[in-house]
Amino acid sequence: MSTPTPTTERETLSSRPGGRHDLPLTHPTLPRFAPALVGVMAVAAALLVGLLLGWGLALMTLLAVLVYAVALPLWARIVEGTRAAKDRLVTTLVWSAFVLAMLPLVTLMFEVISKGAKMLTAQFFTYSMRNVIGEGGGIYHAIMGTLLITLFAALISVPVGIMAAVYLVEYGQGKRMARVITFLVDVMTGIPSIVAGLFAYALFVIFFGPGVRMGFGGSIALSVLMIPIVVRSAEEMLKLVPDELREASYALGVPKWRTVVKVVLPTSLAGIVTGVMLAVARVAGETAPLLIIAGDTDSVNFNVFSERMATLPVFIYYSFTQPGVPPEFGEDRAWGAALVLIVIVMSLNLVARAVSKLFSPKTGR
Amino acid sequence: MTVTEAAPKPPAPVRRTGDVVFSGLARAAGITILVALAGVAVFLTIEGFPAVTAPASAMGGKSGIVLYVWPLLFGTLLAALLAMIIATPLAIGVALVISHFAPRKLSRTLGYLIDLLAAVPSVVYGLWGINFLAPRMVGLYEWLEENLGFLPFFTGPASSTGRTILTASLVLAVMALPIITAITREIFAQTPVLHQEAALALGATRWEMIRMTVFPYGRSGMVSATMLGLGRALGETMAVAMVLSATGVISFNLISSTNPSTIAANIALQFGEASGLKVNVLIFSGLVLFVVTFIVNFLGRAIAGRGYKGESR
Amino acid sequence: MAKSIDVSDLDIYYGDFLAVEGVSMTIRARSVTALIGPSGCGKSTFLRSLNRMHEVIPGARVDGKIVIDGQNMYDADVDPVQVRRSVGMVFQRPNPFPTMSIYENVLAGNRLNSKRMPKSEADSIVEKSLKGANLWEEVKNRLNKPGSSLSGGQQQRLCIARAIAVEPQVLLMDEPCSALDPISTSAIEDLIHDLKSDYTIVIVTHNMQQAARVSEDTGFFNLAGAGKPGRLVEMNPTSKIFSNPDEPSTEAYISGRFG
Repeated sequence: MSTPTPTTERETLSSRPGGRHDLPLTHPTLPRFAPALVGVMAVAAALLVGLLLGWGLALMTLLAVLVYAVALPLWARIVEGTRAAKDRLVTTLVWSAFVLAMLPLVTLMFEVISKGAKMLTAQFFTYSMRNVIGEGGGIYHAIMGTLLITLFAALISVPVGIMAAVYLVEYGQGKRMARVITFLVDVMTGIPSIVAGLFAYALFVIFFGPGVRMGFGGSIALSVLMIPIVVRSAEEMLKLVPDELREASYALGVPKWRTVVKVVLPTSLAGIVTGVMLAVARVAGETAPLLIIAGDTDSVNFNVFSERMATLPVFIYYSFTQPGVPPEFGEDRAWGAALVLIVIVMSLNLVARAVSKLFSPKTGR
Repeated sequence: MTVTEAAPKPPAPVRRTGDVVFSGLARAAGITILVALAGVAVFLTIEGFPAVTAPASAMGGKSGIVLYVWPLLFGTLLAALLAMIIATPLAIGVALVISHFAPRKLSRTLGYLIDLLAAVPSVVYGLWGINFLAPRMVGLYEWLEENLGFLPFFTGPASSTGRTILTASLVLAVMALPIITAITREIFAQTPVLHQEAALALGATRWEMIRMTVFPYGRSGMVSATMLGLGRALGETMAVAMVLSATGVISFNLISSTNPSTIAANIALQFGEASGLKVNVLIFSGLVLFVVTFIVNFLGRAIAGRGYKGESR
Repeated sequence: MAKSIDVSDLDIYYGDFLAVEGVSMTIRARSVTALIGPSGCGKSTFLRSLNRMHEVIPGARVDGKIVIDGQNMYDADVDPVQVRRSVGMVFQRPNPFPTMSIYENVLAGNRLNSKRMPKSEADSIVEKSLKGANLWEEVKNRLNKPGSSLSGGQQQRLCIARAIAVEPQVLLMDEPCSALDPISTSAIEDLIHDLKSDYTIVIVTHNMQQAARVSEDTGFFNLAGAGKPGRLVEMNPTSKIFSNPDEPSTEAYISGRFG
């Protein structure tokens, strides 16, 4: 592969005999501050045009990015050559993609916080919506519902998920059934949440008759979504446990099951806890299956085995789509509940990562 | 030393009770997963089957289950495909930033940010879509109608609320992006350092190195990641149910106020008030959605599995 | 409590692949037997078959007899877990359990088998084993630190302490010094010397000086040919092997002409 070199003659390190081309070891490059300079100029140009034509912020930003994406590669092309120009263009494009992808997160957080923060009063957390019309009320019933339904989902999913991972890693190596399970777990990760809800409904209808609504049904539906996540993460973690540790334990005359329980699982505990927390965070925000099988109610219901049960996501949905008259109180409650839900889900995420970082054992080296 | 267990007579290898019980439990857990997945298919079929002979009154006036499901399936596919067209290039760009462009220290944080994007509950995306995104799209839709109205996608009349299928697809794209990014960035990061250094040693720029080594290595991964993102977009419910103002038409017009609905959104919107055969009809449409996402995910995983085998050694 | 081991006509397989063929040897009690030979000749595989660790690998199996204390350890009614309790093993790379402290690591074999014991007894086992492994003086003030906080050589001695805490009859060592520096190596060799009054020790080593220094008997393993299984070429007192071996290939290996 030949390097297209600028035509200007430059000093070379050595000129070999035999008529080979001399490759210059330096070639012209843009100054280090070039991207910054082009950036400033692009912003200035966009501001000028935008102010003249009375554009909004979004259009001006778009123009600034466009100017930058054209000007910098163009300059690079003149000074550095086509290949470097392409490189700079791609760099600009991928970073723009990243910023663009961040826009929803930033605007969403801003919206939710600015609209929801004012709702976070003691009353909001301690009152249900029972007999509330218009202003007031709270999300106590929905928080409790989310906690209970998610708790029961975890009670089902965690043992099944971890034991299935133990089977896959410790007992199933090379077996046909283990390969099938691994593959189906992967496929199961993609089940739409609403289908999980319909499954729970179709299952419960057989026992309880049409129109059944029950918090536990929500737990079943969430388990369908949660189990594959737990299995996958636990499986990864168990695989990370070095075989040397298993062998050290076997060599001490420890039976296999005790080796798994006392050596393998404790070694991977932090990773498994992280995986479980991420799975909980994922399902705690699920709406569709709960809409189907758990329904919604204005009152507190602590019994997951009977009657409708409110949850935060469903509460948000109904408060926003059927806010009542006048609508602003319902909508406000929706934003407040959305803020609470986001805080719960995101802190679960962050704590989960902290757990894996702080508590994972250092395996020797 | 502990007491030796009484040796069993048959020449089968010695198995301890603890081992038998524990491995049995583990296997049972594995089988539970198979049963659960089979259960999803079986129960949806049982409860969805009566819909095949349901009368038109249970299907909003449609005279057959196919006529009922087809427009919904059309909307589902259209919204998901649009979302993928928007999300895939962005997701690959983001993955490249994290795996190759950002400084090492920064890239971990950037990865977290993208993961947070995945952590936002779908109902909150719905709120954001209806409240923030939709109103801001109105201007763009009017511009599209005026200037690109000759294309069938933008014939208009432009929606005055912005709650169109294109807006719904944008929200879906935002939701699918972290999934595609998560998988592609992992594969990009796994590209053998040896290959990358070989490319750089030949004098390649960073972009040339990526084209010579990272993309070929990650090709099947990118395809399967897109499939999995597609699976997510197909099944996503709440964001669409909230954002889209659906009338159930079949139309390629992306910016008008009459839009096709999607299977998942339709179920979410109708299920609360449904009773009798209507429930079976909705469950049947859920079964169709299940089959479609199952196939998409199946293909995605199959491609991923093949790719790893073919390229890792 | 040390026991001798009689191996007769042992074939070792990985699935259908015959890795080691037709080994017969007697390992004397209360002495050190070294196994030497080029890489891939099956000496580690053979060592792992001496406490049924070989079959931990899926598909791996063994034909033949290994008799210890009058009992063939490959009889159908023998529990491999019991075999491993009486035949301890030390691995090539030190592998203390990362979730356990030094104290708990020493007791791992006892505790993992859920043997309940009073604190005083546990303390005395820990002290005795760590003293036995020449590690007590170095760690007695930090027994609650994680085992992975020790240096490589200390970790390996911790693993030896862990192995002798369950009071096995035989101690197998699979290249115990290959991951260690010369000073740690010499500490381990001294330890082997001390341990042989109580234990039957079998050690696999690549280092011929080490074999000469620590062992009474030496077995030389070699491949019968490229792609053929490994076999025991010669088994003799170490002094004879290193001065006047019976087989020309042994002499060729020891004098460094191959391997």
